[in-house]
Amino acid sequence: MEATNHLGFIVASYAAAFAVVGGLIAWVMLDFRAQRRALADLEMRGLTRRSAPMRSERTTEQAKEEA
Amino acid sequence: MGLADLANPSRFLAFANRTIPWLGGVTVIAFAFGLNQAMVAPDDYQQGATVKIMFLHVPSAWLGMLGWGLMTLAALGTLVWRHPLADVAAKTAAPIGAAFTLLCLVTGSLWGRPEWGTYWVWDARLTSELVLFLLYLGVIALWRTVEDPSRAARAAAILTLVGAIDLPIIKFSVDWWNTLHQGASVFRPGGSTIYPTILIPLLIMALAFTLLFVTLHLAAMRNEILRRRVRTLRIMQASAAS
Repeated sequence: MEATNHLGFIVASYAAAFAVVGGLIAWVMLDFRAQRRALADLEMRGLTRRSAPMRSERTTEQAKEEA
Repeated sequence: MGLADLANPSRFLAFANRTIPWLGGVTVIAFAFGLNQAMVAPDDYQQGATVKIMFLHVPSAWLGMLGWGLMTLAALGTLVWRHPLADVAAKTAAPIGAAFTLLCLVTGSLWGRPEWGTYWVWDARLTSELVLFLLYLGVIALWRTVEDPSRAARAAAILTLVGAIDLPIIKFSVDWWNTLHQGASVFRPGGSTIYPTILIPLLIMALAFTLLFVTLHLAAMRNEILRRRVRTLRIMQASAAS
């Protein structure tokens, strides 16, 4: 009886947790894709950091594959 | 690879790329086990089934405070030791800590209504937790307001150190003032007052949430390092064009 009465509060709490955690995961994953795409785009235009030639080559290769 | 090596952003990126998938996998397993234990845990003799909200509320509260504690250490790293990744760690911990603090406030309200008869009271624990959430929003706003990351880092570090005063207030609010919120029941002198059949699922869920926090933080730090590289290249592009 008591569990039934309060089921709504329990379900709402777990729904809120799924929403918050899901939102955080989506934010991190989408941001990663956006930054990687922006970096690859800049490096394809010939802009590279002098301190990271190896990484820039790899990122350019990745960008070519994605394109 | 030593801890000092991770101060190099490229080495940190390599470390993050290797670690994040493994941490993510362990986090999923910990949550699967923790949620299962939480669902089969017995009802509390007084609170009944609403005790299941505790498995979300308490870890969220801990992580909200852990996030600010981590930002406080990072603020010292920025101002005192000038560690190259300290402000990256501080900036990226803020939205994650804010999200867990919000979850703590929401689940606390949803737990309070059936147990206390109200969603909210202005008692010391609830109010100090709300202040923590507002502090998080303030730091996030500060990072977004100041364009130069190094200037933003110093301003945010000072605000973070000032805001750290709220952490002991949250922890000891239930001892210093008369509050509707219950006193400490897990970490307290004399041991926990929670029965093991409920305490163990709570600790497993706390571990799962902590693993989630670490995974998200590492991933967000990786994103921030990439964002700064993009910013540097765009500045180089603009300089070359002018």
